[in-house]
Parts: sequence; structure tokens; C-alpha cells
Amino acid sequence: MMQADLNIILPEMVLAIYAMLALLGAVYTGKDKLASALVWVTAALMLVLAVWIGTGSAGARTAFNGMFNDDGFSRFAKVLILSSAAAVLVMSQEYMQRRGILRFEYPVLVVLATVGMMVMVSAGDLMVLYMGLELQSLALYVVAALRRDSVKSTEAGLKYFVLGALSSGLLLYGASLVYGFAGTTLFSGILQTAKEGEVSVGLLFGLVFLISGMAFKVSAVPFHMWTPDVYQGSPTPVTAFFATAPKAAALGLFARVLFDAFGGAVGDWQQVIALLAVLSMFLGAVAAIGQTDIKRLMAYSSIAHMGFALMGLASGTAFGVQAMLIYVSIYVAMNIGTFAFIMAMERDGTPVTEIAALNMYSKKKPGRALAMLILLFSLAGVPPMLGFFGKFYVLRAAYDGGLAWLAILGVVASVIGAFYYLRIVYYMYFGEEGEELDTNGSPVLWAMLMGSAAIMLLGIINMFGVEGAAQAAAAALVN
Amino acid sequence: MDNLLSIVTFIPALAALILAVFLRGEDAAAKKNAKYVALFATTITFLISIGIYTGFDPADTGFQFVEEGQWLLGLKYKMGVDGISVLFVLLTTFIMPLTILASWNVETRVKEYMIAFLILETLMLGVFMALDLVLFYLFFEAGLIPMFLIIGIWGGKDRIYASFKFFLYTFLGSVLMLVAMVAMFSQAGTTDIEALLSHNFASDDFSVLGIHIVGGLQTLLFLAFFASFAVKMPMWPVHTWLPDAHVQAPTAGSVVLAAILLKMGGYGFLRFSLPMFPVGSEVMGPVVLWMSAIAIVYTSLVALVQEDMKKLIAYSSVAHMGFVTMGIFAANQQGIDGAIFQMLSHGFISAALFLIVGVIYDRMHTRDIDAYGGLVNRMPAYALVFMLFTMGNVGLPGTSGFIGEFLTLIGTFQVNTWVAAVATSGVIFSAAYALWLYRRVVFGDLIKGSLKSITDMTTRERVIFAPLVVMTLLLGVYPSLVTDIIGPSTAALVQHYDNATATATAAAQHASN
Repeated sequence: MMQADLNIILPEMVLAIYAMLALLGAVYTGKDKLASALVWVTAALMLVLAVWIGTGSAGARTAFNGMFNDDGFSRFAKVLILSSAAAVLVMSQEYMQRRGILRFEYPVLVVLATVGMMVMVSAGDLMVLYMGLELQSLALYVVAALRRDSVKSTEAGLKYFVLGALSSGLLLYGASLVYGFAGTTLFSGILQTAKEGEVSVGLLFGLVFLISGMAFKVSAVPFHMWTPDVYQGSPTPVTAFFATAPKAAALGLFARVLFDAFGGAVGDWQQVIALLAVLSMFLGAVAAIGQTDIKRLMAYSSIAHMGFALMGLASGTAFGVQAMLIYVSIYVAMNIGTFAFIMAMERDGTPVTEIAALNMYSKKKPGRALAMLILLFSLAGVPPMLGFFGKFYVLRAAYDGGLAWLAILGVVASVIGAFYYLRIVYYMYFGEEGEELDTNGSPVLWAMLMGSAAIMLLGIINMFGVEGAAQAAAAALVN
Repeated sequence: MDNLLSIVTFIPALAALILAVFLRGEDAAAKKNAKYVALFATTITFLISIGIYTGFDPADTGFQFVEEGQWLLGLKYKMGVDGISVLFVLLTTFIMPLTILASWNVETRVKEYMIAFLILETLMLGVFMALDLVLFYLFFEAGLIPMFLIIGIWGGKDRIYASFKFFLYTFLGSVLMLVAMVAMFSQAGTTDIEALLSHNFASDDFSVLGIHIVGGLQTLLFLAFFASFAVKMPMWPVHTWLPDAHVQAPTAGSVVLAAILLKMGGYGFLRFSLPMFPVGSEVMGPVVLWMSAIAIVYTSLVALVQEDMKKLIAYSSVAHMGFVTMGIFAANQQGIDGAIFQMLSHGFISAALFLIVGVIYDRMHTRDIDAYGGLVNRMPAYALVFMLFTMGNVGLPGTSGFIGEFLTLIGTFQVNTWVAAVATSGVIFSAAYALWLYRRVVFGDLIKGSLKSITDMTTRERVIFAPLVVMTLLLGVYPSLVTDIIGPSTAALVQHYDNATATATAAAQHASN
């Protein structure tokens, strides 16, 4: 029995053991000298695992008496998490090395965070959920403060930690209420108790606290306050990481809890999620308008995007989950390209994050500017880029789920949001010539940027098969 | 050829790709190459598109040259043309080589400029051919991106404001249409336009937030589409983006905007609003008719006081588009025939008028009417061409402008006499502003020192105007060239509309008995 259980969590174990070995190895062989190699090896391992999980066994299995799920949904989320984490690692190597902040702990911490995320999306029990979440969060707190001699970076880490601890507290409190009123921490057990229309007040309170805790992790309004500061203060590669894999994992966890544990009481949480979605979309759109720092802007942009992803979730249907998965996949692909662009923004070797620095960038670097243009329009949801299809899916899900008002508010928010993406285009293409940015960038960043832009354009042909995979994944979760 | 439509649509995009990938450098040779590639590609597109015209069978009211393929989410890649759309396709391919020629003097970032126009052509053609809701939306919306860049990069002094206003205004209109499309997809289970044309959307009254909605879902869908197309048209009172965009856009940008992009709104009404939501159209029709009448009179009066030539022509465009919406929502054969005719004719005339402004703008770098006067002394050929298109704009019999206005007025007269009466007064106003403009710019003594050395039109400019002159006069004296092609399709459309509204009325009466 034990053997079978361990088999199921093999990918997580491989990664965890690898992290510890890497830690030991680096300590005994000269610390940061190995860091570069370690980044590449880690990225390669993650990709291998992603392929392994992606092409591995079909069907659903559970381990440890239902505490851990291995099904289509978790596999989809894990492939997304692993590949985006690998992409971010590859992007960060050169950037961090040149600034002397490439420590061997960085890849190790990213691996540990990734393990946490993989556990999160597989959780079948509130305890497992909490363990995964904390493993992820603790690792992320440390990476946020990676540049420890910079006040901003340490401030970001501290803010993230304090607010993160608060949200963990909320989540834990909710979990204890749920346990108290459902009598079990197993999702399958909670599902038996939480039936439409007969959810007890205590269970409802527990659910609300759980949702609050998870909303913090996806940075949905009103639990978003940490996001701009952390995004701005952290080193850019870390920001890129925050904006991609953890968001996908947190959404995966959200869907996991809502459908696996509270799938019988959709009516009880649907309106809450819809409200989170509306607030996120509007705050993300409006608050980003005044930003002058591109990383802060991307923070608000990610808040708005999470609002759209939650719109799919709010519909409470299998199609809604499919739409959410497609949306978040596209979102991750876009953000990797966008952050590759931001990382390449520097003047005399120091990173620049003011949007105004992009003045007439298109003259110096037409190729890069064009790729960024495509990404920005994709982020804004303007066809024919893939970002539009993400929006189309969630709108359809919301409409089918009886939330037409949510769809209408969503598109209105997307128009407001389009303004600030256009503003970046404005600087790149219409601006005045000003101080120039450096024109030499690393080839890895270039490749990531171009690849991401190409995906946004070519993906509209068949979405590289993500549509079918997401459908299977959603079917595995909602039944 | 089985996929003639796709070939025509994507040749310009292919040329844009070639330019983007292979053309390097900023020197004079590279600029010249970019211009020639663009001219060649648009001309080839036009020549191939003639194949659509010759192969088109007007008697067949269904879609022709249909191509179909599966796409994401049960959507389809489906293209086709019918009598309503085929001439818009030709208008687009006809105008594009002329706009490229008109851009021959562009010297900044020529490669990007040509790429933007080529991509824009692909997207515009796609709009008129798409037979899938989402495919249509994709082409319709994507056109904003190149136009945004064209206004923003190559535009005039206030180009930033104009480009943002253009983008956000039209984007807001279209996203509501997107929600409506999602709703239609959900209700009918398909996005195939051909199938949707025969789908009856629910038209039972219901209440939302305490507001009683006559015509129910159809009215709501109609309003959502209306939000998009009315902005695109543009109709009063959501026309304010157009004068800004026109004034700031480079000449070629104004030409494309006036000649083709505005027609997407009218095309959309004919393709979606009228046939798919007949009950909604019937409910909202009188409102639209009055809005059109107001547009015609109001914007004509506004045009009268403009100081800037482009702005004047922009307002006159809004007035002429008022005739189009009026004709469409008269919903009878004359009205719709007239609306399509008016759109095509306006495509030639407004394009020519913006080019006419471009000719003197290139020489004097000002569009102020006061800066000119007495041009006839130095530019006789120019004065002649300007005269012809002024007459076309006024709607003088013998030019294509007359047929469109006259048909729409006849059509409207049968439905709503008062609207027709008010709109007819617009014809007089249009004569006033157009002739007054002409007098101030062309006639009088040449007293301004700066104009003493102005030169008449070059050969290139004459070549640009020649086809437009021919088309304006040809359609003016031989309108059945157009009406023979569109006639059967519009007849079928009117038939469908009448049947649907009659059925709905009968059902409503039955329910109330």
C-alpha cells in the first residue's frame, strides 16, 4: 500500500530530494560557484518532470487515503507550474549573475516553492493543502528578499511575510471551522456535508475564511495590497516568478477546494468569487493607469488578470474550469515574455523600470518593440492575439453560468485596462526621443520574448492543443 | 480556385511579412523598395479580386466562394461573400493601391508604414468575408491596432490624443458586441453566420432590473451590436472620435478610414442587426431613423463652421453616413439598395476629397481654409477634380452621390415621411458647406503670397484621381452596375425581415388574445 502511495507522489519526492542534495552539494563544494550550473540543471530537471507528468499515466489516482490526488487536473496544473518555473529560472541566470545576486539558494528555494505548489494543486485534504501552501509561501518570502543589501527588496520580503502570515492565519482558522462543522479535513468528507442549501453557518464561515486566505495568494481584491510593493521591490526575475507559477498554483488550489470540497454547494460560493472577480478586474484596471513603474504596472495587470481567471471559476461549471485553465496558461505565457522584456531594460548595466525610459524604443530595437507590442495587445485582450481567446473563453463560461452581468462588467474593465497597455505602446512608438536604453540584451531573454510573442500570434490556429488538455483536466475536477 | 477569398485576404499580410523579414536598412533604396512592394501587393490583390467579381453570380442570394474549416472551441474558419459583401471587398482592394500611391511622399519609417497598411488591408478584407461571428470580431477588432499605430506614429500634432480616443472609443463599443456574440453562441450553439441568419432569437418581452424590454433578448442583442456599429459608422451622438482621428491621421489613413473602415458599421447592420434581430430592429428602428435625421442636419451645420478642411470633410462624412443608417433601417428594397450604394459612392468620393486635401497639404503643410484662396489660377486641373468631387459630395445628379441619397430618401419616405423630410433638408446644407468650401479654397483672387508658387497636380496625383473620377461618374450614370449585383441579396434580406417581423407580430397578437 505504502509503495503505491509513494509511487504517486514520486515527482514531488524527486524534486524535494533533489533540492536537499543540491543544498548539501553546494555547501560542501564552494557555494555560489555552482549556482549557474545549478540553475540550468534545475530548469532541465523541471522540464523533464513536466514532460514525464504530461505524458504519464492517464486517469485519476489518490494516495494516502484520499489526501493526495493525482488526476488530469493536477497534472495539467503541474505541467504549467513546472514549465513556467523552468522558464523563469533560465531567464534569471544571466541577469542575477551580472548583478552578483545569484546565490545557490535561489534555484533551491524555487524548487522547494515548486514542490509546495505541486502539493497544493494535488491536495485532497485541508492539512495537505496547508502544508503545500506554507512550503510554497516560506520559500517565496525568502526569494522576495534575495537582494538582502537592498532596502526595497528586504522590505518586499518582510511585507510579503507579514501579510502572508496573516492570510495563512485566516486560512487556518477557516480550515479549523470547516473541520469543526464537517467533522473531517478530507475534501471527500466535506463534500458529503456541504450540500446545496443545507450548509451550516459554521461551515459557511469556514468557507469564507478559506476563500479569503486563497484570495490573498492569487492577489484578488480586496486581498491584493501586498502585490504592487512586492512586485516592485523584488529583483525582476523573482517578480517574474511571482507573476507566473504561484498564480497558476493558487488558482489551481482555488478550483481544487471549491469543487472537490464544496462542489455540492456552488450557490454558496459563486457570488463571493464573482465579487472578487469584479473588484479585481476594476481595481487592476483603474489603479494601473497612474503607474510609472513597469513592474508595479504589471502587478496591477496581474490583479486584473486574476479577476478574469476567477470569472471562469465563478461560473461553477466544468467549462468554467476549462476556461480558467486556458486563461491562466495564456496568462503565464504572456507574462514570461513580458518579463523577459522588462529584464532586458537597462541603462549602463543598471536595471531601469520606469515606463518613460522606453521612449522611442521601437527605433532602436524594432524587433523587440514589435514583440512587446504583440504581448501588450494580447494582455489587453485585443484580437487577433491569444489573450483575446482567453477572455472569450471566460466570458462564455460566465454567460453560460448565468453571470451575464459579470461578463458585461468584465469587458468594460478590459477597455479601461487597455488604456495602460496602450500607454506603453505610446512610449515605445510615439514618444519623444530621450535617453537611450542599452541595446545589447542576453540571447536567452531575446528568445523568451520572441517565443512568447510568437505563441500569442500562432496560438490562435489551434492553441497548441491546450484546449483539449484543459477540457480533460476540467472534466477530471468537476463531475 | 477553391480558396480564392483566403488568397485575396492574405496576400497583403504575406507581403507585410516579407517586408518585415527581408527588408533591412533605412536608406533611400530600402524606402523605395518598401513602397514598391506594397504597391505591387495591393495591385495584385486588386487584380485577383476581380476574379471574385467575374465569378460572382448575382442571382444566387446565398453565400458564394465559401471556404470552411474547424477552429478552436467549435468556432469555424469560414469565409464567403454574398451580394451585400462582395462589392465592399472590391471597394477595399480598389482603394488600397490608391492609398499606397498617395503615401509616396512618406519619408519616416516607411517600412513600418507600409506593413501597417498591408496588415490593415488583410483585416478589412477579412471583415467583409468572415462567415463566423468570432472570426468577424477578430478581423473587426484587430483593425484597430494598425490604425492606432498609423494615427499615432504618422499623424499630426495632436496625434496621441486622437489615436487613444479612436482606440478606446471603438474598443468600448465592440466589447459589448463581444458579450452579445457570446450570448448568441450560447443560445444558438453555433457561431456560423449562415446558420445564425436562419436562427430565431427569442423576442419575448421580459424585464431586467425592473425595466420592461420590448422585444426581449433580440432588443438587447441589437443594442449591443448597435453600440459597436454606431460608433464605427459613426452615428450622432457617438461620432466625436471621427473628426479628431481624421484631422490627425496622415492622408492615406484618412482615406482608408473614410472609404473603408466606416463602411464596416453599415455592413455590420446589414449582416447582423437587420437579419438576425428583426424584432429588435423593428423596435429600435424609429429611434435609429430619427438619430440619422438629426445626424444629417446637425453635422451638416457643424461642417458649415469648420476652419479645418479635413474636419469639414469628416463632418460631412458623418452626415452622409446618416443617409446610410436611415436607408438601412427603412428596411425596404430602395432604402437598403440606396444605403449600400451610398456607402460605395461615399467610399470613392470621400477618399477623393481627403486626397484632394492631401494634395495641397503636401504643398503648403496647412489645412486651414483661410490659408488658401484663388487656387484655380495656379492649379486648373486640381480645381476641376475638386469641383467634380464637390458635386459628388453635394449629390448632384450624374454623380454617384445622387443615387445613394435619392434611393435612401425614397426608401425612408415610405416608412417615415417626417424623417425623410428632415433628412432632405440635409441635402441643401451639404450643398452649402461643400460649395462654400470650394469657393473659399479655389475661387477668388490669388492674394496670399505663399500660394504664388504652388504647382498643379503631378502625374502621380493625376493617376490616383483618374480611377476615382471614372467610378464616380460611371456609377452616377449607370447605377445598375451596382444594383444588379446587390439587388437579389437585398431583396432576400428584406423578404426575410418582413417575414420575421410579421411572424413576431402575429405571435404577439396571438398571445394577447
